[in-house]
Amino acid sequence: MMRDLHDHLKTRYRLGDLAERRANLAFVDVARADLRALLVELRDVHGFTHLSLLTAVDWIEEGRFQLTYLMNNRTANRSLGLRVFLDRADPVGDTIHDLWPTAATYQRELREMFGIAFPGSPRVDEEFILEGWTDMPPYRRDFDTLAYSQQTFSDREGRETHDPRAHMAKKLNPEGQR
Amino acid sequence: MKDIDKSFRKDTETEFPLREELKPRSVTAPDGQVIEIDPLQDYFCQEPPKVHKQSYFRIVEDFYNWARAHSLWILGFGTGCGAIEMRPLMTPRFDAYRYGIQWRPTPRQANLLVISGYLSVKTLKRAIRAYEQMPQPKYVVGLGSCTINGGMYWDSYNTIKRLDDYLPVDLYIAGCMPRPEALLAGFMDLKKLIRKGKAEGANKYAENFDWYKANQKSVIKDWDMPDYNW
Repeated sequence: MMRDLHDHLKTRYRLGDLAERRANLAFVDVARADLRALLVELRDVHGFTHLSLLTAVDWIEEGRFQLTYLMNNRTANRSLGLRVFLDRADPVGDTIHDLWPTAATYQRELREMFGIAFPGSPRVDEEFILEGWTDMPPYRRDFDTLAYSQQTFSDREGRETHDPRAHMAKKLNPEGQR
Repeated sequence: MKDIDKSFRKDTETEFPLREELKPRSVTAPDGQVIEIDPLQDYFCQEPPKVHKQSYFRIVEDFYNWARAHSLWILGFGTGCGAIEMRPLMTPRFDAYRYGIQWRPTPRQANLLVISGYLSVKTLKRAIRAYEQMPQPKYVVGLGSCTINGGMYWDSYNTIKRLDDYLPVDLYIAGCMPRPEALLAGFMDLKKLIRKGKAEGANKYAENFDWYKANQKSVIKDWDMPDYNW
């Protein structure tokens, strides 16, 4: 089913290969310029009326952000994820709040947590859940949350941490026999 | 894959700007009179908290402490997941009311602030406001390991690790989360502390007010309230 849809759409949109995770869940890479037309067609023609989520992945090694638009067709019980890649140095996405009003909230979160701009999205530059945040967006992978917390909050003496693998090996095999 | 950058340094340069509506400004009234407005100064008393002096006679102070120990009114402010453990206490199963412990909806009617679990920086600001609005004598109980040393949020960028850096804690109840029985035992311990006159957190807060304020302001960048809100 998903493969038929992919073959049907591939003729008109620049799509990558279909990555099928389950019979009713698949992901496909989309060129950024085709995203909006594809979303509208999927929503209005192919029954993917529900935007389940809009989230981002930080591929720091490749220097790009991935936006995932997960869409759901309720009657057919199928989900299709569209993946769009943005330049990490200057991440600007296209707002889709006029297609799904809920997208404005997702975009506001992505703006705060990943620093991805969505020009035109309502209230996108207001703070979302962080208050008075002045550092880099905390979901970026080069933001080191442990180092930040050590430099911001003071520790209490007496806390011990154990490497789970070494701890269990010592517990299960105290003499260290192999 | 390099996931943790050892050279990470947090940004200590950037200041968070004061909100527009809190900036001092002059307003022209309909009759032409110009009024200077400073929202952070005009509507609040600037008096810092005072140490609550002990009674001259020991026996009178003991009597006061006895009475205080039997009058615990908890502020119903759930900061984290531990708030869920207070619900069974309010209801017949564990029934804290039989020990004379009851919950109130506003800080003005409460004298015990239970920090129930993790405190994000955003919630900390509200907790400080709530604490400072409570009338003396007042007590703080930290619930769960999150308030003691950060618990499972030890590496979180937005959750404080030691509650006693920011508020004077009289008693900690360890656990993740402590069961309602542990809370009841903790409240009984708090009563003993109050009877012995050792629950002096509010006085400690007044004495070390500058230290507490410095700690609070070091994590709350968006400080949009007066130094002491009561």
